[in-house]
Amino acid sequence: MNFKDIEDGIVELIRKAETELPKDVIESLKKAYDAEEGVAKTQIDAILKNIDLAKKTKRPMCQDTGIQTFFVDVGIDFPHIKQLKQMIINAVKRATKEIPIRPNTVDPFKGKNHRDNTGENIPYVTWDFCSGSDVFITALPKGGGSENMSKLGMLKPGVGIEGVKDFIVEEMIKAAGNPCPPTVVGVGIGGGADLSLKLGKKSLLRPVGKRHKDKEIAKIEEELIKRINASGIGPMGLGGKTTVLDVHIEKAHRHPASLPVGIAVQCWADRRAHMTIHSDGSWEVR
Amino acid sequence: MEYHLNLPLKNEEVKKLKVGDIVYITGNLFTARDEAHYIMLESKNISFDPSQMGLYHCGPLMKKDKSKWKVVSAGPTTSSRMEIFEDKFIEKFKISLIIGKGGMGERTKKALQKYICVYTSYTGGAGALAAEKVEDVNGVYWLDELGMPEAVWIFKVKEFGPLVVAMDSHGNSIYDNITK
Repeated sequence: MNFKDIEDGIVELIRKAETELPKDVIESLKKAYDAEEGVAKTQIDAILKNIDLAKKTKRPMCQDTGIQTFFVDVGIDFPHIKQLKQMIINAVKRATKEIPIRPNTVDPFKGKNHRDNTGENIPYVTWDFCSGSDVFITALPKGGGSENMSKLGMLKPGVGIEGVKDFIVEEMIKAAGNPCPPTVVGVGIGGGADLSLKLGKKSLLRPVGKRHKDKEIAKIEEELIKRINASGIGPMGLGGKTTVLDVHIEKAHRHPASLPVGIAVQCWADRRAHMTIHSDGSWEVR
Repeated sequence: MEYHLNLPLKNEEVKKLKVGDIVYITGNLFTARDEAHYIMLESKNISFDPSQMGLYHCGPLMKKDKSKWKVVSAGPTTSSRMEIFEDKFIEKFKISLIIGKGGMGERTKKALQKYICVYTSYTGGAGALAAEKVEDVNGVYWLDELGMPEAVWIFKVKEFGPLVVAMDSHGNSIYDNITK
């Protein structure tokens, strides 16, 4: 088993995420281009040209290449579980130089940049198990501008789902042009403070345009898209019809006394890439 | 209106720019984020002349090819973080053009009027597109202290844009019209 080969694959995974947007996001941006006019259209035009150029020249589409964030489903029969974490860390260090990606990890006390995109608790990996012998990794490099617009609301249960909807719409109007709209908004409802934010971020893994499987929640997602877009904030906050490309909701059961709402905001550069590693060390990135 | 202008901008040029205009800019830009604003406001001696350049809110992704720095990706960063410094910064360094994203607050708006300066918005995240318009990297300051994203980089740019005039020197802001 050559672990360097798997590391090569993880570097490719990061490269794919940083330089190519998923089709569902591009389709949605093209629809926004058709719908917009004036200044708003110039913004979507620049975004689409930028996406094209980044793919052709294999360079990161945005200079903020984000905090390296991975969601990993480990097949319980995968023979190299012990090496996985170190391989991800090594790949992030290599990707920093080889792609390159911007050194984005700063010590919060000393202010020093670690210069290789690693550091304490970073890269940020969420581990889960699944059956079989394959490993599935999703890379979701997360930019700072959109992350800064994250919100946690510990609402009073009495406000009900109407109160939850109002909170989400109000927060996205307050965020205005800061998170690089048109954005994808991920909302986690229920659980506790940390779980609601986690569910919000995990909901960003769902493709743009895909509704929640529960029809009632899907309807709320659609209502929120309409209400936020009616604000007129538009691309880059310069005015227009498209403030969000999508809103995704996930839920968890809540404590009777709590109604947590966690909002994770993703910029138009809704970067996602997937990798499968097989037990023999071979891999695919898509 | 669409304008193609050279840096530094003359007062008359700044004054004719109105909210909603599109601008393409040629000349030198210097990048400055939070840390660079702080350091530059504290510094007595600065070895480049900011008054001759545009101020770009940007933390670029750079690559050293042999001994020469090259821009890989360089879109704007969120401007509102610099609000706490910007009015003093415009005054001290006689800035005529700011490029950023997301808009700025009341203090900056007043300073734009008082010192005749304009705030323009470049498409957030359009890092590859921006890098294409940089012809040369003419220097870097505080790289060791601040690291790549926070350092001050001097970019020679040609027809950099489209920039949208988002806050003009007459007290108008595109963002006010939207939030009202």
